[in-house]
Amino acid sequence: MEAPLYNIVLVGTPNCGKTSLFNALTGSRQKVANYPGVTVERKQGFLVTPRGRQVSLIDLPGTYSLRGRSPDEEITRDVVLGRATGETLPDLVLCVADATNLRLAIRLVLELKHTGRPMVLALNMFDIAKRRGVTVDVPALSAALGIPVVTSVAVRKGGVGDLLALIDSTAALDAPPAGSNDWRPHSVAELRATQREADRIIGAAVSLPARPDTWTARVDAVVLHPVFGLVILALILFVMFQAVFAWAQPVMELIAGGFEALGQWVQATLPAGLLQSFIQNGVISGVGSVIVFLPQIITIFLFILLLEDFGYMARAAFLMDRIMGGAGLHGRAFIPLLSSFACAIPGIMATRVIDNRRDRLTTILIAPLMTCSARIPVYTLIISAFIPAKQVWGWINLQGLVMFGLYAVGIASAMGVSFLVKFFMWRDHAPAPFMLELPDYKLPRLKSIALGVYTRAMMFLQRAGTTIFAMMVLIWFLASFPQPPAGATDPGIDYSLAAIIGRFIEPLLAPVGFNWQIAVALIPGMAAREVAVAALGTVYSIEGGKEAAEQIGQMLATKWSLATALSFLAWYVFAPQCASTLAVIKRETGGWRWMWITFFYMLAMAYAASLITYNIARGLGAG
Amino acid sequence: MTLDPDPSGPASLLGHARRGFTGTVQALKGDNALSSLSASELESRLIELGFVEGARVEVLHEGLIGRDPIAVRVENLTVAVRRREAMAVVVI
Ligand SMILES: Nc1nc2c(ncn2[C@@H]2O[C@H](COP(=O)(O)OP(=O)(O)OP(=O)(O)O)[C@@H](O)[C@H]2O)c(=O)[nH]1
Ligand SMILES: [Mg+2]
Repeated sequence: MEAPLYNIVLVGTPNCGKTSLFNALTGSRQKVANYPGVTVERKQGFLVTPRGRQVSLIDLPGTYSLRGRSPDEEITRDVVLGRATGETLPDLVLCVADATNLRLAIRLVLELKHTGRPMVLALNMFDIAKRRGVTVDVPALSAALGIPVVTSVAVRKGGVGDLLALIDSTAALDAPPAGSNDWRPHSVAELRATQREADRIIGAAVSLPARPDTWTARVDAVVLHPVFGLVILALILFVMFQAVFAWAQPVMELIAGGFEALGQWVQATLPAGLLQSFIQNGVISGVGSVIVFLPQIITIFLFILLLEDFGYMARAAFLMDRIMGGAGLHGRAFIPLLSSFACAIPGIMATRVIDNRRDRLTTILIAPLMTCSARIPVYTLIISAFIPAKQVWGWINLQGLVMFGLYAVGIASAMGVSFLVKFFMWRDHAPAPFMLELPDYKLPRLKSIALGVYTRAMMFLQRAGTTIFAMMVLIWFLASFPQPPAGATDPGIDYSLAAIIGRFIEPLLAPVGFNWQIAVALIPGMAAREVAVAALGTVYSIEGGKEAAEQIGQMLATKWSLATALSFLAWYVFAPQCASTLAVIKRETGGWRWMWITFFYMLAMAYAASLITYNIARGLGAG
Repeated sequence: MTLDPDPSGPASLLGHARRGFTGTVQALKGDNALSSLSASELESRLIELGFVEGARVEVLHEGLIGRDPIAVRVENLTVAVRRREAMAVVVI
């Protein structure tokens, strides 16, 4: 008879390497980064041990205790105690400790022993501990704790061999003796007593080097300097947005050229008609116009991944704490917000680490205002079409500067909204505390960065192939049917459903300078922001007829006034044009209410911003 | 506030400590901090970050505005806390 599935859960303090171990053991690619609070969900994976035992491994959010103070810690508590629905009690609790920093981990182990589950302890990051001269008497530690202890290096090949062997031998024990569960939230006195006990055990089994990690101390002396620290943070962000233009542009032009050639080839090869129009206008001009932005997306992700792996995120939170405090947020919120530069969805999920419900809701509310990577195609398209690629002050790219400006507007408005929310709704509450571990810096590992960038790039392409493609088919259909009557003199598209719908909404959007083509692009654009670019690509390419092979940017430059273009940019800073974000807000807040609040406040801001921008621009003669 | 006289020097609050301060945690007094957390919850969290009596602390960095928050080395771990909450830590 085959042995039953062996259920193991990974528990440990934040940032000790649980997810790295999970990935190493199961071959998964869950997100790993060097700051506390990366994992906010329960993730399951499977592995077969060297001796052939089937194992289910569950990765959990890090926690300092089982008290469950924030939504992510509650997940850990409920899984460990078998309280979650559909969850069985784990057969083995695999405690993970950062070997360079054992105090809090050993205290957690002592607390976990109260649950009565079989336990083992992995001293992870043992490579770093060794390099620093930390020596651990593993048998003594194991004896003091009363559980098996092994060392592991999650990020090195073969670094989990001992752990696998230990899992095998533990699993082989027939019906492991499960003790009784007498866990309850520890009182202050009990916490203190267990921490004392942990310190005593460590004192007996571990010898620490005299000096802490000097490398981290030296970098922090600069990076956390009250003044230079903030200057460096601003500089990092600035370089990041410049890079999106300066570095990605050449590659982007290459891809654009490729699609252009492909379009011309299709036009030359396929017989004129619906099929040719579908492939050329719908697929190539539509989906292609989005794929062109892959280099930009990769650049921004590369920056964020590097910062995350290096260990800078927690420092950024430290530097921003008081500034964010002025807006009623706390520094902890800066990490979800910075993640939202990539995409608001993981950003909103990451707010689970915020224990205070009001702070968490405020952060969720403003996360979609941070400029996510899906806005890059929209911004880049308009900027490259309307803003000259001049150098200002010799070295700054004007287009990059405008891009930076748009990001800055996003951040500033997020702060503003947060301030208003706090002021009007939650004025009488004292600010929630900010307590955050600042992990030691780690050199980003090439493999994990490459893998991270690759995963994000594939996600983007997949979206282009699914959501965006589906929307393109819809837009192409609307823009192509009904076909113009025989002998019609106007462009065919004027008779299409798209024109009818667009013209119907146009009066609503005319005050902000949008024409019917934009109006109709905004509807499928609700699915995702990039869709608007693709939709404009399709609509104008159908309308354009002969010059269809022309690039969409050049097309817009001739069809739109500068005022319209700027108004369109302003719209996209604020507009809630992303169905997935709204769905995640509904899920994470547990109801429709906050989703609708987000939707309407963003819509209102978008309209107001566009209205103001359009009228000012016209007033200045850009109409 | 008054504290028991101590031979090793006058006790003070970590929340008042300046950059470069080194000392030892003498007591946790959650009531000292005007935090939004209750005294016992604040003490619990501080202990969970390693602030127990006898732990060595050093203030490594200060923020720009109001010298807040502070980065504190607690034994071999660095944590960021606001001065408001650090008022609960009595150090000597
Ligand atoms: N040198 C070294 N680095 C490691 C090891 N294990 C993890 N890391 C690094 O430590 C950091 C944290 O790893 P994660 O796996 O994200 O930690 P986690 O425990 O899942 O963190 P949370 O999900 O935030 O609780 C990452 O930068 C990893 O690359 C190890 O054994 N050796
Ligand atoms: Mg993790």
